[in-house]
Amino acid sequence: MLPLLTAAVLLWSGALSVQAVREARHPLPPVSSDILYFRGGAAVSRAALGFDAILADLYWIRAIQHFGGTRRAQESDKTYRLLYPLLDLTTTLDPHFNIAYRFGALFLSEPHPAGPGRPDLALSLLERGLAADPKRWQYAQDAGFVHYWYRQDYKSAAGWYDRASRIEGAPWWLRSMAASTLAEGGDRQSSRQLWQQIYETTDDTWVRDNAQLKLAQLKALDDIDALAALVSRYAQARGVPPRSWNELVARRWLAGIPLDPSGTPYELKPDAPGGVALAEKSSLQPLPPQFLRKAGPTT
Amino acid sequence: MGRVIGLVAYHVFKESVRDKVLYNLVLFAVLMISASYLIGQLTAGQDVKIIKDLGLAASEVFGLFIAVFIGVGLVWKEVDRRSVYNLLVKPLRRHEFIVGKFAGLALTLFVNISVMAAALYAVLALMNRLEPGLAKAAVEAPVLDPQLLKAFALLYVQMLVVTSVALFFSTFSGPMLSAAFTFGLYIVGHFNADLANFEAVVKSRAAGWLGKALYYVLPNLAPFDVKAAVVHGQPVSAAYVTLTTGYGLLYAGVMVTLAVIVFSRRDFK
Repeated sequence: MLPLLTAAVLLWSGALSVQAVREARHPLPPVSSDILYFRGGAAVSRAALGFDAILADLYWIRAIQHFGGTRRAQESDKTYRLLYPLLDLTTTLDPHFNIAYRFGALFLSEPHPAGPGRPDLALSLLERGLAADPKRWQYAQDAGFVHYWYRQDYKSAAGWYDRASRIEGAPWWLRSMAASTLAEGGDRQSSRQLWQQIYETTDDTWVRDNAQLKLAQLKALDDIDALAALVSRYAQARGVPPRSWNELVARRWLAGIPLDPSGTPYELKPDAPGGVALAEKSSLQPLPPQFLRKAGPTT
Repeated sequence: MGRVIGLVAYHVFKESVRDKVLYNLVLFAVLMISASYLIGQLTAGQDVKIIKDLGLAASEVFGLFIAVFIGVGLVWKEVDRRSVYNLLVKPLRRHEFIVGKFAGLALTLFVNISVMAAALYAVLALMNRLEPGLAKAAVEAPVLDPQLLKAFALLYVQMLVVTSVALFFSTFSGPMLSAAFTFGLYIVGHFNADLANFEAVVKSRAAGWLGKALYYVLPNLAPFDVKAAVVHGQPVSAAYVTLTTGYGLLYAGVMVTLAVIVFSRRDFK
């Protein structure tokens, strides 16, 4: 028995060594993750023979990998071209796959390069979700959110929040959200309330982390405005803008080097609006464009 | 009669244990445990749903393979090994032999599916214990949802139907052909609803009737699949489970009866 086992182990080691040598001389072709396998979700669903749900799970995992992989990739041409077809397949195979609609809409809406920047597809996905599960007020809430955050279409957002609030089981605050969106849409404070609401009510780690990031970005925007005002006052008082934060610290205008919520120092940039900007290396980049100041550089 | 059938069934079960059929349970356990670890890294908080989907799908695949590959050999093996001659000279009637064979494989499947269900619950309980946040994330259905048992029950009845079909083919055909026929009927069984509505897509009234007739003759397996419904916490009524189980048991009864008829007419001289 032992000689046979030894022989098997030796043969196996030999096979692995030969394989390693071959792959060193003739490298394996790169694995393309851009293969969709199937496009027609309805056809796949028919052929699944009752295994639709597990196939939907596989396509969901592929959608996450495609989104995460493309997002982290170094190339500048991030098209995310398979994201919607993968989500479409997932939700056709399992029309009640709640998270595929909700996360999928967020993934699709994220602006380039963090996502494909397709809120139109996100809305179509959510509408399909509502057709499959008309009682899921969360899909209508998400559609309102896509209009609010990614399209800055506050009237449509308010309409969706209102629609969500009318679905049985929807929380009371959706109605007030509809009203405040219509009245104060685009305002940083109402956005903060929206993300805070999401942060406090979600059960999902990814959504909570994303809400935390957006709240930190909004905080950074407020900090930048406050620092820009300080820099402007300093420039008026001294006749020249500060060249570094140390100047402000030395003259006790600041207690220390100002840090953004991720812990990275803000930067003094004469060409940035207000003369202050988030560091390029900050994990809060890019800041939501709708809230960035459009003013010219400080003098 | 019941004692004789029981004896045949017991020997079929014993043989399947001897043939290491239950080893698939080890494979199932390894699959579930490794998946429960890996899936957490890949699925953005959908661990519970995917583990349930995987557990139910794997149970169906393992059950199907056992039902088909053991089912097609139940009678054929005895004939091929000529052991059927020794058996039939004993006080064992042919229908007892067939019903006993069916009951034996039904018992094997029952043990298999029960252990797989218990393993799935154990993995879910472990996940729930190690990561209590999962229970909160599983908004559609509880982590340890008793509704899963309905899916397992219908899966078992579906496997009884498949076993009866495999047994029927095994009474007059070799294992390769029987397996091909049984898999074929399994696939057709999941598309069966199309036959019921055939008249809506063809002009010929006769073709429509033929479609309807085939719909009733061939096994209708799609209704046994409530996996997605239970995973999403959608209600599966007791009446639905009872009616579907009733249909499955009666259909299996028909196939076993046909198997008895064919086997009774076979000449072993």
